[in-house]
Amino acid sequence: MTTDAATAGGRPAPGLWARLRDGRTLPILTVLGCLLIAWYVGAIFMNADIVRDTFKRQGKTYTTAELVDATWSMERPILPAPHQIAVEINETVFQKKITSKRSLVYHTWITASATLLGFVFGTVLGVLIAVCIVHVRTLDRSLMPWVITSQTIPILAIAPMIIVVLASVNLVGLIPKSIISMYLCFFPVTIGMVKGLRSPDVMQRDLMRTYSASQMQVFWKLRLPASVPFLFTSLKVAIAISLVGAIVGELPTGAVAGIGARLLAGSYYGQTIQIWSALVVASLLGMVLVFAVSAIERLVLSQMGAQR
Amino acid sequence: MTKTVAQAAAIDRTAEGRRTVVEARDLSLVFETADGPVHALANVDLTIGENEFVSFIGPSGCGKTTLMRVIADLEQPTGGTISINGMTPSEARERRAYGYVFQAAALYPWRSVERNIALPLEIMGIPRAERKRRIEHYLDLVNLGGFGKKMPWQLSGGMQQRVSIARALCFDPDLLLMDEPFGALDEITRDHLNEQLIQLWAQTRKTVVFVTHSIPEAVFLSSKIVVMSPRPGRILKVIDCNLPADRRLDIRETPEFLAIAHEVREGLRAGHSYDD
Repeated sequence: MTTDAATAGGRPAPGLWARLRDGRTLPILTVLGCLLIAWYVGAIFMNADIVRDTFKRQGKTYTTAELVDATWSMERPILPAPHQIAVEINETVFQKKITSKRSLVYHTWITASATLLGFVFGTVLGVLIAVCIVHVRTLDRSLMPWVITSQTIPILAIAPMIIVVLASVNLVGLIPKSIISMYLCFFPVTIGMVKGLRSPDVMQRDLMRTYSASQMQVFWKLRLPASVPFLFTSLKVAIAISLVGAIVGELPTGAVAGIGARLLAGSYYGQTIQIWSALVVASLLGMVLVFAVSAIERLVLSQMGAQR
Repeated sequence: MTKTVAQAAAIDRTAEGRRTVVEARDLSLVFETADGPVHALANVDLTIGENEFVSFIGPSGCGKTTLMRVIADLEQPTGGTISINGMTPSEARERRAYGYVFQAAALYPWRSVERNIALPLEIMGIPRAERKRRIEHYLDLVNLGGFGKKMPWQLSGGMQQRVSIARALCFDPDLLLMDEPFGALDEITRDHLNEQLIQLWAQTRKTVVFVTHSIPEAVFLSSKIVVMSPRPGRILKVIDCNLPADRRLDIRETPEFLAIAHEVREGLRAGHSYDD
């Protein structure tokens, strides 16, 4: 305690350079910079053939600078340059009203709501299955293989089936997409929770036995609190694949809204810039969701007195 | 059946005229392992009277912890009989007859010190106000007053073990089972806690069963020392050890203390405990 106070008071605040050197921002920015350079170079090579053909048909002579400039400003490039995607995102996110069908915010919200609902379904289902598996020996042996098998079926194959079956009972829109998300994201929750609920060591369990605690008491006072760190690790995986599930769920329905629908429409009409901007927004959404789960995790674990 | 045992126990007295708390007759326990049966306990006869402080001493693998776990109904004997207050171990456990202190503190890391002590009280359905009163009382008893809000990781190993002792005492069991509670601590802390424990025993007059592999610790704390030897785990010798009640650590320099320690060491040697 005293040494901490002494160092905190005695040492001057670190300068900008020291903070950049020791922090995480500089490494991340360096990697981002390298990626952007590789991307621009890649765009030149990917798009150059088409640009040369066009110039040839127009009978135009061109310099290398003109060629490079043209590969970075095509309307339907094979690989759009980063700034083209940025411009597209700016137009569809900030320049359109968010209620507009052409606003990417609107589409993102559609997908995000399916993701979150599926995530909630998946978490509830995953926890319930884990509780059953941990408490009933028969279910441990009978259910677990099916849980694992469920994940070996390609989601792209089963998603249309789910959509069709649910549509026949008049369930369309949000729910079917959520169910596909749930199908993907219950799995890591089940695996993590089974491990977490079984994590108390022999001594912690024997202690409960010396008190003649009931199974319910052992669950609420020992198994459940012990499983919380495991649960959050699983939830971070689950929210990310829940997003994948929601987007996949939008592909076979011919959905008119959502990030999946934008991807589909973009590929119909060869609008590569639209596809890429939807991809970038989808990954940003994924990041935001994972960060949100991490923030809740930190909050809950600090409430539970975790070591800082 | 149970009733006759209970009645028999009510009139049962040890040789010193104490009420019998633990009574084992021809007790044995064989673990079936992949490498064949392991005789953890064989032909154990033992009587522990009320208010006694009994230590089990012996090398690793002599079954001292196993014997304690049989008393606590954490292991099932494969032969012989054992009764706790005239009841079977499982009946005694269901009536919360004993408090158990493990080798490690085994505090739940997500609970503060006071909520760790509250754990058995919550399970036993003791009302909040009474819980609060007892937590305060037993924290003071183990000299940890004011530490209630701390989290376990903020305490030293010795303090954590004292919390676990408070947790074992707070529901006021008559019998305290302690399985090498200070084994993982440094010698200075251990000496200090030994002195506190002897005072605690004098204040509460609990019956204590204590597992250790330290001869000075056993002699200093005990009113009776049970010397055990391994393969199969059995009792070699029971040594009475009635040092004055208000003893301090410096009693370890006295001839009486050294004579008993010598006797314990001779007992361990007789069991070839030093051979391997």
